[in-house]
Amino acid sequence: MKFHTITLNINGNNRVVTVRSADTLLYALRGKLGLTGSKPGCLNGDCGACTVNLDGWPMKSCLMLAVEAIGKKVTTIEGLQNAPIQQAFVENFAFQCGYCTPGFIMNCHSLIEQHPDADDEKIKEWLESNICRCTGYAEIERAVKSVLKKNRVP
Amino acid sequence: MEVIGKSVIRKEALEKVTGRAKYTNDYHSVSMLSGHKVISPFGHAKIVDIDTEEAWKVPGVHAILAGNHYPLTGEAIRDRPVIAVDKVRYHGEVVALVVADSPEQAKTAGDLIKVQYELLPVVNSPTQAFQKDAPLVHERLGEYKKEEDSHPVPDTNIATHIKIRKGNMEKGWSESDTVVEATFSFAPSDHAAMETRCATAEIMPDGNIIIMTSSQAPFMVKRLISDYFGEDLGKIIVHTPFVGGAYGGKAPVQLEILAYLASKEVGGKPVKIFNTREEDIITSPCHIGLDATVKLGADRNGKIRAAEIQHLWDGGAYSDKAIDVTRSGAVDCTGPYNIENVWCDSYCMYTNHPYASPFRGFSHSELSFVIERTMDLLAQKLNMDPLELRYINAIRPGNTTPTRVRLNKSNLGNLPKCIEKVREIFNWDEGPVKEINERFIRVKGVSCSWKTSTIDTNAPSGAIITFNKDGSLNLMTGVIEIGTGTKTVLAQILAERLKMDVDKIHVRMEVDTQTMPEHFKTVASRGTFMAGRAVLNAADDVINQLKEVAACALRAPKEDLEVADSRVFLRDDPAIGLHFKEVGYGYTYPNGNAIGGQIIGRGKYILRHLTHLDPETGAGKPGPEWSVAAYGVEVEFDRRDYTYRVVKACTVVDIGKVLNEKAALGQVMGAMSMGIAFASRETFYFDELGRVLNPQLRTYRPLRYGENPEYLVGFVETPQLDSPYGARGVGEFGLMGMPGALGNALSVAAGVSLNHLPLIPELIWKAKEGET
Ligand code: FES
Ligand code: FES
Repeated sequence: MKFHTITLNINGNNRVVTVRSADTLLYALRGKLGLTGSKPGCLNGDCGACTVNLDGWPMKSCLMLAVEAIGKKVTTIEGLQNAPIQQAFVENFAFQCGYCTPGFIMNCHSLIEQHPDADDEKIKEWLESNICRCTGYAEIERAVKSVLKKNRVP
Repeated sequence: MEVIGKSVIRKEALEKVTGRAKYTNDYHSVSMLSGHKVISPFGHAKIVDIDTEEAWKVPGVHAILAGNHYPLTGEAIRDRPVIAVDKVRYHGEVVALVVADSPEQAKTAGDLIKVQYELLPVVNSPTQAFQKDAPLVHERLGEYKKEEDSHPVPDTNIATHIKIRKGNMEKGWSESDTVVEATFSFAPSDHAAMETRCATAEIMPDGNIIIMTSSQAPFMVKRLISDYFGEDLGKIIVHTPFVGGAYGGKAPVQLEILAYLASKEVGGKPVKIFNTREEDIITSPCHIGLDATVKLGADRNGKIRAAEIQHLWDGGAYSDKAIDVTRSGAVDCTGPYNIENVWCDSYCMYTNHPYASPFRGFSHSELSFVIERTMDLLAQKLNMDPLELRYINAIRPGNTTPTRVRLNKSNLGNLPKCIEKVREIFNWDEGPVKEINERFIRVKGVSCSWKTSTIDTNAPSGAIITFNKDGSLNLMTGVIEIGTGTKTVLAQILAERLKMDVDKIHVRMEVDTQTMPEHFKTVASRGTFMAGRAVLNAADDVINQLKEVAACALRAPKEDLEVADSRVFLRDDPAIGLHFKEVGYGYTYPNGNAIGGQIIGRGKYILRHLTHLDPETGAGKPGPEWSVAAYGVEVEFDRRDYTYRVVKACTVVDIGKVLNEKAALGQVMGAMSMGIAFASRETFYFDELGRVLNPQLRTYRPLRYGENPEYLVGFVETPQLDSPYGARGVGEFGLMGMPGALGNALSVAAGVSLNHLPLIPELIWKAKEGET
């Protein structure tokens, strides 16, 4: 078995971790760094619960090896502080059990940053990669749109 | 009302949007070992040999559990080996468990275990299981230990048989001018909670067994492990942090037992058992399937005179909770209609499918589908408006249920009012069919449902309130935060009773069975009712204690005192009084003397007047009250390829009293989404060996963002007099009527009776083709 000691940039800090070649980024975040906000829901890319932000784009951390994240800026839910989308989720009751929430928020946050003018089509294209089994999505839709709208007002 | 009804922000909101909320699998220590399950690749097979030699050679392996005869488990009938011995009865059943330092090592070793099987004939549906010559899933059914309420029939696949006999069938049929009969079926499916199940166990040197689990029923875990393995009840301590969705699927006890046995095997070291998504879908209990026949008779005015119903529930390989689901399906078998003559046989069948657990609605989405489709067939035959047929037959105070409970304004919600409201907000009177063009047609379908919660007749709940020195309060109950927001609602109930600011109430989210009062289980929408009553009881205790201390300190009779705004004061002169800060921890006189001490309020509740059912007639009182709801679904159907889109979905539920508006709306819409998915696409696909072919979220697909319809939700408020502020259960209702309403809309759209789920285009096409 091969181990690598690597430096990852997580939430603005350089962190040194030792991982196996086969360890996913999700595994390293949770198991080696104690960042358990990113959740395992399927471990093969179907649910989005493990979504993090990689150089500004959403990435399912179960679909990526830890060693592939070298040299990239990784932001996890723990690195998001007072982002408008977090407040919007609270106010709109956009979560129930909360398990899908970190992944959804990271995806929504990336969407808002990358496409401040996202229309319904664009929002759907992005958010359909995550599953929420508790809500009926109406509240999540309201939360995302409330932030997009606020950003649009000059 | 100050706090009740308000959309108070959930107490755990910030934890959940920052990733700090912890679920069972988020707790891990360096010393914790990992379990890996080796599961059966077949539905029914003899275990000829298990060879673990190679597996033992993998570094880091501490134990391999296989082939041992542990005590049998199972809630209603002790029919389930924790780890299969002699034979496997379903695809996904645990055959061996490896315990190793890391999950990778455990899996590597698990993959090296060689199991030799010899295939056995598979029982692939409850109807097949019911045949006289069907292969037996349990050869020794007659020898198992069982609960008094379970009625297995030895040498068959019948795990239980519930009979409902009400009125006089001969009379009923003779009064019926119009009779319809139809058969229905759907296969098992899954809850697909986003958090897969997980449990850890550790046995301490003093014998204390510390378990952490993603469960709706930690108190049941404690009780069952004690029952099954003879452990002291008080030594079993079960912790449950946040649970990532449950919907009934986390009420059974399964992984906890594996974790406990694994820890025992390695000298008490902590062991974690975590389900992969695939295991969560097939190894752990699933959503029950059903084959049913319904026959309804009505007179020429459309009044239903007789109902004859047969349920063959697909309980799967082990009966566990399926027996309760079967009973629950029988007691409300008619749906929310007043029918004097009822005959129902509800059978829980063993099959070689994953075994069943409760699913949101506890048999009521299933029974509603078969009844509501038959109601539409009846309306068609009578040439009546389907909503009108439901209205004139709607159950009302003074009527009796199939188990002969007399209903009144308190123990029954107002169905006619729900129907009226659906008529209005779903715009029913514009007509159910709208032609768009040659290809597309828009069609509306309706349905109704009701439900009582058949839970243990002596199910308890409790609450403890303690004071902090700053006058704020801590609230502790055994209700699990599975996502329903019940813990926040309980804080609202407390704030309302004490007339105080809800922000000054701190809610303990994690539950542990050692320091918190028992709450039966967080199931059946009973959290608010039962724990709410316990909280009110505790609040009264607090008020009494506050007044006692204040009476002494203020030198005024208790009766003259009032509690509000975190103060105890004189009713006639509110300026004279004390803040909670000054009495919550006892009162200290200027000279240093003190009285009282920390106020600790305690409250409890136990359900009353529930009875077992008569085994021959079903007569008895199975639950405290019946909530009701009416529904509509509008589809846009493509006549060219039988695809469709759910455009609108409507639910009007009698909620008794809205306690937290946004939370209630969220519960209803979320349940509707789940109901539409169950009705339109979710099912297990089995092959002839009983294998589930789609145990992944890309082949088993819940609704995704953008696939949801527009939601129309309405509330009716008919108070249940013995419930906190009149509230009724709500969490399951959005789901229960969706399959029926969708089936009804699509049957009209496609012009063919659709009696199976899920309603995928291929099924509609086949029904249509089969017709011509
Ligand atoms: S865990 Fe990564 S997508 Fe599901
Ligand atoms: S809040 Fe439970 S899965 Fe989304």
